[in-house]
Amino acid sequence: MREFLLGNEAIARGAWEAGVKFVAGYPGTPSTEIVETLAIRFPETNPRWSANEKVAFEEGMGAAIGGLRVLVTMKHVGLNVAADAFMVFPYSGTNGGFVVISADDPGMHSSQNEQDNRYLARAGKVPVLEPSDAQECRDFMIAGLELSEQFKTPVMLRTTTRLAHHKGLVEFGVRKEVERREFVADAKRFSVPIYRLMRRPEVEKTLNALTEYAETCPLNRVEDSRSSIGVVTSGIAYQYVKEVMPEAGVLRMGMTFPLPAKLLKEFCAKYETVYVVEEGEPFIEEYMRNLGITNVKGKEIFGVIGEYSPGRLRNSLGLGDVPKPFTEGVRLIPRPPMLCVGCGHRTVFAALRQLKVIVSGDIGCYTMGALPPYEAEHTTFSMGSSIGVSVGLEQAGHKDTVAIIGDSTFIHAGIPPLIDAVYNKSNLTLVILDNSATGMTGSQPNPSSGKDVLGEEAPKLDLEALCRATGVGSIEVVDTWQRKEIVNVLRGAIAYKGPAVVIARGPCQQLPEMKRRNVIPFIVEEELCTQCDACFKVWCPAITRTENNYPVIAAKECTSCTVCAQICPTDAIKLAEVAA
Amino acid sequence: MTNTISLMFAGVGGQGSLLIAELTSLAAVNAGYDTKQTEVHGVSQRGGSVETHVRFGKKVHSPIVTPGEANAVIGLEKLEALRFAHYVNAKEGTILVNDYELIPGSVVNAENIYPHEAIDFLKSKELHVTALPASKTARELGDGRMANVVLLGALSTLLPIPQETWDKTLRFRIPARYLEGNLKAFQAGREMMS
Repeated sequence: MREFLLGNEAIARGAWEAGVKFVAGYPGTPSTEIVETLAIRFPETNPRWSANEKVAFEEGMGAAIGGLRVLVTMKHVGLNVAADAFMVFPYSGTNGGFVVISADDPGMHSSQNEQDNRYLARAGKVPVLEPSDAQECRDFMIAGLELSEQFKTPVMLRTTTRLAHHKGLVEFGVRKEVERREFVADAKRFSVPIYRLMRRPEVEKTLNALTEYAETCPLNRVEDSRSSIGVVTSGIAYQYVKEVMPEAGVLRMGMTFPLPAKLLKEFCAKYETVYVVEEGEPFIEEYMRNLGITNVKGKEIFGVIGEYSPGRLRNSLGLGDVPKPFTEGVRLIPRPPMLCVGCGHRTVFAALRQLKVIVSGDIGCYTMGALPPYEAEHTTFSMGSSIGVSVGLEQAGHKDTVAIIGDSTFIHAGIPPLIDAVYNKSNLTLVILDNSATGMTGSQPNPSSGKDVLGEEAPKLDLEALCRATGVGSIEVVDTWQRKEIVNVLRGAIAYKGPAVVIARGPCQQLPEMKRRNVIPFIVEEELCTQCDACFKVWCPAITRTENNYPVIAAKECTSCTVCAQICPTDAIKLAEVAA
Repeated sequence: MTNTISLMFAGVGGQGSLLIAELTSLAAVNAGYDTKQTEVHGVSQRGGSVETHVRFGKKVHSPIVTPGEANAVIGLEKLEALRFAHYVNAKEGTILVNDYELIPGSVVNAENIYPHEAIDFLKSKELHVTALPASKTARELGDGRMANVVLLGALSTLLPIPQETWDKTLRFRIPARYLEGNLKAFQAGREMMS
C-alpha cells in the first residue's frame, strides 16, 4: 500500500502499524498533525491532547512502564517543559517501547527560539533518530519503538519543520498488535532518588551498548563514491545534499546520538574533504572534530541560523548565484499574517492600546498584538510567562501592567504563576483570552473546550472557579466582542487593589462549529455612511473600500461579530436582513 | 522524463493555493511520478503569504524548489506573484498570474503603496509572464473562490500529465457539491491557454 503523506502523517501511520496503544501530546508546530491524524484515522492508538508536554510525557512514561507501546509528541520547546521527566526516565528505563517526538523548528517559522534538541537528548543520554523523508518518518517510528524495547530506553525521534511538513510517497503495511508487557512493581528501578544512585551505572551501561550498536545500526547508511568529496549528513538535509552534490560520497546518519566513532573515522579517511551538512547546531560536526578528524568543513560554511535548502547549500559551496527576490525598482511590500475575521482578541488589543499599559503577552495567536496596528504587547517569552513577567515588572516599579494569556496556555503553564501572584500579594491584572480552543495550532480542543481529541464530550474546566480558588479578589467575565465593556472592565481590573482576572470570552472563529453556523452578515448602508473611516479602525480583513471610497464588508467572510457596527457613529452598518 | 518539474504556488492564506498545489501533486502521483510537496508559512493564521513547493519526476530528492529553477510560478494574486517571481527559470519557465489584487490589510497605507504595476514590472525583466483573469472568470462561473482552479486549469496545459489524470484527480479530491463548478473552472483555465 502506498499513499502521498505528510511527514507527520507518516509518523502517525508508523505508530499505528507498530501497535502503539497510548499517545499523548500537546499541540505545537510542527508536530500537531501527528496526534490529529491518529485521532481521525487511527483512534485505536488511544490518542489524547494533554494539558501540557510534561503531563503528556509522564502519562506516556506511565503507560510504557505499564507495558504498552507509547508515542508522545511535542515541539522542540515543549520538551523543555517535559525535561524534568525526560532527564530522569533513562534511570529506570522503559518496559514497553517509548518514542518521544521532538519537532524542531529551524528558521523559527512558528516558534520563539531555534534550539537543537539533540543536545537535550545527549544531556539525558537518550538515543536520537532522524529520518530524511516521509517514508523514513514511518519506518523510523517503527524502528524507534523496537530500539526502545531492545535497550529499555526512551528514544527521541527528531524531526524538523521541513521534514514534518513535506509530503512524499510512503509505502506501508497493516497494524501488528503487540501484547502488553508485564509490569513488575520494583521500587529499586522505578522509585525514589535514594535508589537512583544504584541505577546511575545502568544509564552508562545502556549508553555504552547503544554506542556500540551505532557502529552497525542499519539506520546509518554509507553511499560511497569515487569523488574526493564526502558528506556526513542527517535529516532532511540529506535530500539537499543529494540534489546539490550528487557526485559526493555520503554517510547519512539515521541515528545521531550516540554517534559511531569508528564508522565516522573510516568514512572520513576515504575522502579528501568531508562536509558536514546538518540543520541546527554543529552536533555531529563537534563530535567529529573531538575525534580528531581534521578534513571537516561544516558550520563555518553553511551557518547555524535558519533553515537549510538546496539554494542555500549552492550559495554556501559557491556553486553559482541563486536569484534573489525582486526588490529594486518595485515596492515588494510585506504581508504579515493577521488576526482572523471576527477574532475576539481584536477588541482586547484595541482596549489595551487605548489604556496605554505595559502588556506582558504569552504564546498564541495573540502574539500578533505586538505588531501594528495594535502594538499593544510588549513582552513574549515562553508558555505561561506572561504572569510571572508581569509580577516581575511590578517588582521593578511598573504599576500599570497587564498580563494576557489564552485559555490553553493558561491551563498549560499559567496556573502556578497565578497562585504565586496571589500568594506573594501581587497587584496582578490578568486577562484570559478564552476562546475555548488551542487556536494558533489549528483550534484543537483543550480542557476549557468541553470536548476531547476525538470530538467527544469531556468535562469542561470552570476557569472562574479555578481563579477563585487561587484567591483572586476580582474576577470579571466579559463578552469579548463588546468593545466598550472590555475597556471599562479592564480599567476596573487595573484600578483594583489586589490580583484581578478578566476573562474575555468568545469562541475561536476557526472552530468547526463556528465555521459551520449560518451567519447573517453585516452590510454598509451607503446613504447613512459619512466616510468617517471609523470602521476601518477595527482592522477587520473583511472590510475593504469600494471605488467610491465607501467601506464594504465581504459577506462570505463576515462572522457577524458586531464590532464594526458598534463603532459606526451613524449606525450605517446593519445586519443584512434588517437593512432596507 | 528524466528532469524534475518544479512548481511554486504563491498566494494569500485562504485563497486556496495549497489546494491546487495538492491537486497537482496528486495528479503527478496518479501519472506515475515520484512527487514531493511542501508548504511554507509563518504562524498558522489566515491572511499571510503562503508558498507551496511541488516537485515531481523520476526521482525527487528535495521538496524545496530553488530560486531560478521553477518551470512555473503560479501567483494567485499580483503581489505574491512578484514576491516569488525569482523562483522561475528565467529562460524556460512561466509565471502564471491571476490579474487580481489583494491589499495586505495589516500594512499601513497598503492601498497606496501596493505594487499595482507588478505584471508590467516582471515583463520588463524579460520573464515569460502570462496574466490571466482567473478571479473574474471564477466570479462569472458563480464563485470567485474558484480562481485557484481556473489557474490550475491553465497550469495543466504546461505539464506532462494527461487530461484524464487531471479529471480523475479532481473528481477524487473535490467534494461532490463543488465538483461541477470546479470542473468548469478548470476547463475555463485550460481554454485561456489555447
